[in-house]
Amino acid sequence: MSKLLEEIIALLPYRAPFLFVDALEEITENGSKGYYQLKKDEYFYQGHFPNNPITPGVILIEIMAQIGLVCFGIYLSKTKLKNQETSFVPIFTSAEVDFLGPVYPEDQLEITSRKIYYRFDKLKCLVTCRNIITNQVVCKGEFSGMIVNKDKIDQ
Amino acid sequence: MDKSKIQEELKEIITVYVPDKKILDNITLEHDLINDLKINSAHIVDIVLDVEEKYDIMIEDEAIMKMATIGQAIQVINDKLEEK
Repeated sequence: MSKLLEEIIALLPYRAPFLFVDALEEITENGSKGYYQLKKDEYFYQGHFPNNPITPGVILIEIMAQIGLVCFGIYLSKTKLKNQETSFVPIFTSAEVDFLGPVYPEDQLEITSRKIYYRFDKLKCLVTCRNIITNQVVCKGEFSGMIVNKDKIDQ
Repeated sequence: MDKSKIQEELKEIITVYVPDKKILDNITLEHDLINDLKINSAHIVDIVLDVEEKYDIMIEDEAIMKMATIGQAIQVINDKLEEK
């Protein structure tokens, strides 16, 4: 991974057990690509479902948002964030997705994001989640969000 | 362009983003997009993009701040159309 991509992951505000980015392959002005492998013992498998672990759809959405929206958004707004690296918060504003197949413990996911627009600080992307093990697209949809200064949140 | 025509077209554009469509029956120029029509503030960007496409105009960051109410939004669209 390049230094820039490592820096972007380091800037992510998430931590275990809610950090869902293992690696980024590339980020350009037009999109991002990254990976996450579900661990065998992710906390949510305890309840979803007992003795029948399947990755919840909301977690797939979160994985896709962290790589496809937040990492990409940090890249796009990096110059603006420079002086306030610790005080920004990503805000998830909407997602409309189709779930196309199940994802099990230890499956490896490749997330690809393509920019639809980045205007007025809002980023909207088409994000695709592919299960590398089965080579199946398991989730696809449109994601939107913005990165804001922490002080602005209460307004 | 006739402002009442813009109002009619703007109403069409925002309809999809208004949670309670009944409010649209008695819409006035004073209605605030976020506070009165309860549009998710993040969708204001989508409305601006729809407006840009519909009228083939470009709305800058400063202009979006002046589009709080229906009347103000119509004014911004009208100004941009006259600039063309």
